[in-house]
Amino acid sequence: MKSLGIKRKTKTKYKPILKNNKTWPVMQMAKKRKEFVHLVTEESFDNLLELRRGKSLKEELEMTIFRERQRVKNNPWKVDPDDDYSYWEGQNEKLVGVDALPEEEQEPRLKEILRDVVDRYSNEIAGHFNPSHYNVTRTLVTIGFGRLLNAARVKGPWSVFSNQLDLDDKIHVKGKLDELRKLAKIGTVVMVPTHYSNLDSVLIGWVIQHLGLPPFIYGAGLNLFNLKIFAYFMNSVGAYKVDRRKKNPLYLETLKSYSTIAIREGCHSLFFPGGTRSRSGKIEKSLKLGLLGTAIEAQRQVFQSEEEDQNKVFVVPVAINYHFVLEAPSLINDYLKRKGQQRYYEENDEFTTSYKISKFLLKFFTKGSDISVSIGDALDVLGNHVDAKGNSLDKQGEVIDIKDYFKSNGEVTENHQREQEYNRILGKKIVEEYHKHNRVFSSHLVAYVAFRMLGRIHKHLDLYGLLRLQDDDLVIDYEVFKKQFVVILDELKKLNAQNEVGLADHLLGDIDGVITHGLKNLGMYHAVIPVVKNKKGNIKVQSMNLLYYYHNKLQGYDLEKFF
Amino acid sequence: MISKSSSRRLVGVIGAGSFGTAIANILAEKSDVLLYVRDKEKAKAIMTDRVSSSQHLEENITIVTSLEEIGNSCEIIFPIVPSANFRSMIRDLAPYLKPYHVLIHGTKGLDLNIPEGTVITKENPLSRKHVRTMSEVILEETSVLRVGCLAGPNLAKEIEQRQPAATVVASHFEEVIDEGQKLLKNDRFMIYGSNDLIGIELCGVLKNIIAIGSGAVSGMGLGENARSLLISRGLVEMIHIGNALGGNTKAFIGLAGVGDLIATCTSSLSRNYTVGYRLAKGETIDQIKGSMEEVAEGINTIQIIKELADSLNIRVPITETLHKIIHGKMTVAESHTYFMKFPFRAEIDFI
Repeated sequence: MKSLGIKRKTKTKYKPILKNNKTWPVMQMAKKRKEFVHLVTEESFDNLLELRRGKSLKEELEMTIFRERQRVKNNPWKVDPDDDYSYWEGQNEKLVGVDALPEEEQEPRLKEILRDVVDRYSNEIAGHFNPSHYNVTRTLVTIGFGRLLNAARVKGPWSVFSNQLDLDDKIHVKGKLDELRKLAKIGTVVMVPTHYSNLDSVLIGWVIQHLGLPPFIYGAGLNLFNLKIFAYFMNSVGAYKVDRRKKNPLYLETLKSYSTIAIREGCHSLFFPGGTRSRSGKIEKSLKLGLLGTAIEAQRQVFQSEEEDQNKVFVVPVAINYHFVLEAPSLINDYLKRKGQQRYYEENDEFTTSYKISKFLLKFFTKGSDISVSIGDALDVLGNHVDAKGNSLDKQGEVIDIKDYFKSNGEVTENHQREQEYNRILGKKIVEEYHKHNRVFSSHLVAYVAFRMLGRIHKHLDLYGLLRLQDDDLVIDYEVFKKQFVVILDELKKLNAQNEVGLADHLLGDIDGVITHGLKNLGMYHAVIPVVKNKKGNIKVQSMNLLYYYHNKLQGYDLEKFF
Repeated sequence: MISKSSSRRLVGVIGAGSFGTAIANILAEKSDVLLYVRDKEKAKAIMTDRVSSSQHLEENITIVTSLEEIGNSCEIIFPIVPSANFRSMIRDLAPYLKPYHVLIHGTKGLDLNIPEGTVITKENPLSRKHVRTMSEVILEETSVLRVGCLAGPNLAKEIEQRQPAATVVASHFEEVIDEGQKLLKNDRFMIYGSNDLIGIELCGVLKNIIAIGSGAVSGMGLGENARSLLISRGLVEMIHIGNALGGNTKAFIGLAGVGDLIATCTSSLSRNYTVGYRLAKGETIDQIKGSMEEVAEGINTIQIIKELADSLNIRVPITETLHKIIHGKMTVAESHTYFMKFPFRAEIDFI
């Protein structure tokens, strides 16, 4: 490889912003795990007694326990506790027994059951952050991957010990890094990245420690804990568990309380507000607002408290970009199937075994394919931009006090409908930021132009018709392709000049080079490479589904009209 | 003068046109009111005569000429000024607005916001992004989020005569609707709530077009059959435009939609109706505009909606016809025949 002769650039090494790791909020939380869990139980219990969605407590409990018994029977997982069956059967018996009690004892007994269930949930959700595990994992990830990288790209027998290449050669962290570090010192950061791959959480974990930030807590899907390799990693980075099988109000309330209290107490947090990985490859448009709302609620609770030092919550959108998403084939199949027009056979999730993941990681770190992580502008919980000191700014750039947004008649009040609306506003703002900070890669652009050109040629076909195109219909003349490619690239440059989108540096070279780069990198590890150059030098599409997936990344910039 | 009892809240109204004055009077029954008048001379006259837009002013309404005073002393403000002045007024008010403010506006027009240097051409036609409702103007120009609007059949003269009426307060925030209700409700004024802010705003805006048409029907000496035809087809047209601009059908079949439409289309008290009537009697639009005391929002709305409908590709026969009449491309008599021949297929296709 050519680049090896080049001298290593001096890199910024970020010092930890908090020297003493005992002062990390997440450490405090881990140390006082018992107290913390208790607090979660108490607050969820109070909230649940207060808000009842048109159901009596008894009905709510009946429904929850019924569904839990069904879940234990029909959908048990490896990570479930051993006593899952006996516990829910026991609760069921207790609940059935309530009717036999004298009337005045019924209510207290129901509350007792509620508290017990909520307490079990808080214990399930709470993470097991372990500082020594955290250090081990962090070292492992950084050194291990670094070694692999060097072994593969630096030639020679001693390459394993070479320091020429670091992980940060591979992962480009761009954007408002210093601002993020500053804000993490003066307030609580809630990071909200886009979500394309299961690798995202690992990646963000690395970015966080690379920037010298203390660990963030993160709500990880419980299904990931089924896998040993993830379970170890997740537990060590301060992950708490989100069980998507449990959709009952008791569980959801407990989960929300957990997140709210953690943010309120100053734990930096990480949410993927898209909820799950983007199935279509598009930038998230509608966000799952549930957990995001806990940032708003936490901020209001801080304002309600009488304490002098009122912690501010900062929401930091992060856009992640890959040339290649391992799960793309199954994600896009899933998406198309859900849209329902065509029958697709089920494919296995690529992240099913530890072996497969290790194999992928090896491939990933030993071959090309860059990743970029763009840190966006920090927002307050209402979506206003904040300055370096953490002050919220209005549209004219004047400092405003966001406490006023929670006031009515001069006092901070709790109003759930209001906060829901604020949540919607914040969500919209985050999506805008995603589009701005999304960094376009050569591969996305190749996919976008190829797919749209085919769409233009076969105007009469709908999406599903397009996806079924065969053989000769899938070839585009190179020169024609190139011409169109330049048009779109120029439009993107215009948008870039207006700060509407980011461009990867590799897009600035000569056009043939950029196209070649894009073709080489587009979905490079898939069994079928989505687009290649055929023998005649023309563009040949080999997988329309994947092409569609990667093309989606550039939806939402209003570029369609240039075809 | 403001009464001494401190339990009464101070509420602000911006704009002393006929609707602004009527709202100030309703508010004055429960709260003390600051009424902002831009023109200093006019303010002085109102202060001495205690009459604004030929309506008698309640005692506890204080006339002010400073937006700063309104911003600093009122938590809830009702801006009710013509749409053409709305943005500049909000810009002047913005420095005195804080995130705790609640704004409920009563303006029934649209704001054209074409960035400097942009030319509207066939290739770059007028689109939704160039057109704002008043609540969108407030959100764009200020730090206030809790915004609402007022719309409904509220002819100022009848309100002054203390006749029964009702209105809709629309907002995405329930607390804004609640506040509006608390402040405005009395035994002859009912308040409904709606969370379709854009839909309700559009009801108030679009009905003005149909009102001009209805005035023309009367001016031509046509009867109630023709008017009913116009009103019901007008409603359909409003819904089509409204849906395209982000409002829900529901809003249009309620008080702010059908309700306001009937009131403005059948009452000679309505300004927009008068415009249509005089057009049919042979006056030109400039003559009419020149002799009216207050702005008839409908004229401006017709212009905007015509262009928007062109770029959005929706059929708006009534708006289009009125547009032609206003621009002298069709006489009222010609429009009559044209309209009767217009090929409608389904009568109702939106429910």
